[in-house]
Amino acid sequence: MSVELLLTALMIASTPILLAAIGELVVEKSGVLNLGVEGMMITGAICGFAVAVETGSPALGFIGAALGGAAMSMIFGVLTQFLLSNQVATGLALTLFGLGFSALIGQGYVGQVPPSTPKLDLGPLSDIPFLGPVLLSHDLVVYLGLALVAGVWAWLRYSRGGMILRAVGENHDAAHALGYKVIRIRLAAIAFGGACAGLGGAYLSLVRVPQWTEGMTAGAGWIALALVVFASWKPWRVLIGAWLFGGITVLQLNLQAAGVKVPVELLSMSPYLITILVLVIISSDRRRANLNAPAALGRIFHAAS
Amino acid sequence: MTVPLLRLSGITKSYPGVRANDDVSFQIAPGEIHALLGENGAGKSTLVKAIYGLVKPDAGSMELNGAAYAPSEPRAARAAGVAMVFQHFSLFEALTVAENVSLGMEDPPPQRKLAAKIREVSRSYGLPLEPDRLVGDLSAGQRQRVEIIRCLLQNPRLLIMDEPTSVLTPQEVETLFGTLHKLSDEGTAILYISHKLEEIRALCDGATILRHGKVVGDCVPAERSAREMAEMMVGTDLTPPERRELTPGAVRLEARALSLPAQGQFGTPLREISLSVRAGEVLGIGGVAGNGQDELMAVLTGESPTPGGTLFLDGADISGTGPAERRSMGLRTSPEERLGHAAAPDMSLTENTLLTSGSAQGLTKKGFVAWGKTRSATEEVIETFDVRTPGPGTAARALSGGNLQKYVVGREVVRNPPIFVVNQPTWGVDAAAAATIRQSLLNLAEQGSAVVVISQDLDELLEVASWFAAMNEGTLSAPREVAGLSLDEIGLMLGGGDAQDAAAISEAENAQA
Repeated sequence: MSVELLLTALMIASTPILLAAIGELVVEKSGVLNLGVEGMMITGAICGFAVAVETGSPALGFIGAALGGAAMSMIFGVLTQFLLSNQVATGLALTLFGLGFSALIGQGYVGQVPPSTPKLDLGPLSDIPFLGPVLLSHDLVVYLGLALVAGVWAWLRYSRGGMILRAVGENHDAAHALGYKVIRIRLAAIAFGGACAGLGGAYLSLVRVPQWTEGMTAGAGWIALALVVFASWKPWRVLIGAWLFGGITVLQLNLQAAGVKVPVELLSMSPYLITILVLVIISSDRRRANLNAPAALGRIFHAAS
Repeated sequence: MTVPLLRLSGITKSYPGVRANDDVSFQIAPGEIHALLGENGAGKSTLVKAIYGLVKPDAGSMELNGAAYAPSEPRAARAAGVAMVFQHFSLFEALTVAENVSLGMEDPPPQRKLAAKIREVSRSYGLPLEPDRLVGDLSAGQRQRVEIIRCLLQNPRLLIMDEPTSVLTPQEVETLFGTLHKLSDEGTAILYISHKLEEIRALCDGATILRHGKVVGDCVPAERSAREMAEMMVGTDLTPPERRELTPGAVRLEARALSLPAQGQFGTPLREISLSVRAGEVLGIGGVAGNGQDELMAVLTGESPTPGGTLFLDGADISGTGPAERRSMGLRTSPEERLGHAAAPDMSLTENTLLTSGSAQGLTKKGFVAWGKTRSATEEVIETFDVRTPGPGTAARALSGGNLQKYVVGREVVRNPPIFVVNQPTWGVDAAAAATIRQSLLNLAEQGSAVVVISQDLDELLEVASWFAAMNEGTLSAPREVAGLSLDEIGLMLGGGDAQDAAAISEAENAQA
């Protein structure tokens, strides 16, 4: 098993969780905890799959997936921002709803093959040994994921919009008192998170697997959620975390294929075990765990007038 | 006569069940420092929110510089030249000073230019600030500077200040007043809300007094005594708490070189704190917010465990015990945050009584609750402390701040605890209720209890405490007897303020040592 193949597979395996996690990072930075990532991902997976199969265009499929994920997140948005429902319970409900809803739409699509997503072709550049296959010959969505990380980082750090978003997530009452539209800003963040999760889901059904099966996200949404905490709400750490978790998944598949005498079950649970371990390690030091957490995370905002 | 800067006519605003403002009219001249006085719930906050565009009045009109003024949102108010410094700071702890300032501006310049401007303006008004620091690392006084600078950068014509001095040391108050006078000389009018009548007498040119949402009078503060103004606010005569000579008994509560590392990113560590309180004594602990008072409170209540051999009750080591165990030993407490910490918001007063008085009082028996007894115990608190509520079945959340405060302090005090520790006993409570609570603390000491009062209100501490100690960055100064202690000395003990004070503080500390 070559390192080259392993790294190439890693780039692909990490993309779905990277997309979902960077979206959730923006949501949480605005002070909203949306636990429905899994539900939005699977909705994106089926929407993307259905649109791509019907139109024959993977690009339209990804757009459909983003819209589907965003529409799903707006259910959460309306419930939590206008009707002030509990974010944790609503997020869990969204996951359950998304799993069932996607299975319903997906009934006619089981066993179908989606149109294949074209890969980047830079001609001679893609033929550079090692670097070519590992970095320069993926489909555009992989690069979109990387660009989103850079974009979100720069936006949060350098733009006024990013500063307002952080302010809303830090202290929504103060932001309201200064005249910022807390609910509007949060809805936008939730929609962005939904669209990213939808893209991540579609990447699974259109590129990684590629076919539709019920419940195919298989916990990727939960890993994305854990990833945001693991990264302590920093975009570049989300990327590192996604590679780490993606790497474990790839390694596990390869070890199984190579017939290494390790119980399969142990390998399949390893990403989750490591997630738990990492969460314990970073939260063991209170100072570090609190370091970057948005102070208003998960708190319900009710404007006093 | 010149055109007033701001004229309010007939402002009325109702909420369900209460008329917060009823036909309020007054005016402010350019450059005037105008005080708005009133008890809690008199409608001051609603009124300033209307001026700042956060609340839309039901009736009435406002004029700014002779033109109609009806801001629909704070942005509009800011654009018209009205700025506000909030009572509870509207700052973002995880953001830098420059970012916080930028968020409060309409057209902020790029960060680098803004940083330079913050340095320049803050220095010229004697409120130095470092733009790159995180607000979470600043003291309360420095945070307030951030808010003021944020307002000043917009060249306001009217600056609204809601309780600006409640978190400041006397030295910081002096600095602030200097800044306000300078602003007023430049033609900026200031609308100043405070409970501290002596400050208003020293600072303000005019005052409007509100009671139950209506204007009940106006005066020139310098020509009235604080007592007269207080009586105009309350509408009745006030009697200050009485205090009798006490002979202290044996040491009840003692801390020996107690240290605790900081909890959380913005927490304060406790450093080698030693204190002892004798029966019949009230130890007052002052200090600017965030200097370790909350941490000390948590240690005394038993919420934060401390290493063995640091905390003693009647000579017995209680360092490792929890709150319930300490309560059964006679140490009762009342924390600062009344809703959510001292009382469970959605539970009735009866249930809240059960939570702190359960086993110690025979309100529970073999795991079962004696509801009848609990209810009558609650009724006793309500009656003794004049808690205004429909009855013991009311949820804690439904009480007004002052009434709930009377309840949470009263609930402990009626048990005559041998040791009582209270944090901010009259925070946000109006004059009459505050007097009741302070009197009850004095009565408790008189009956031979050891009382610890942690407060940011120095006047309160001077009124009830027999000994005074100050907290500063997690250390506790050596206690001094209150009799014969001057306000200046206290200010130095509190140790806030500017660099020039630091030398004086260390001198004072050397002199004490």
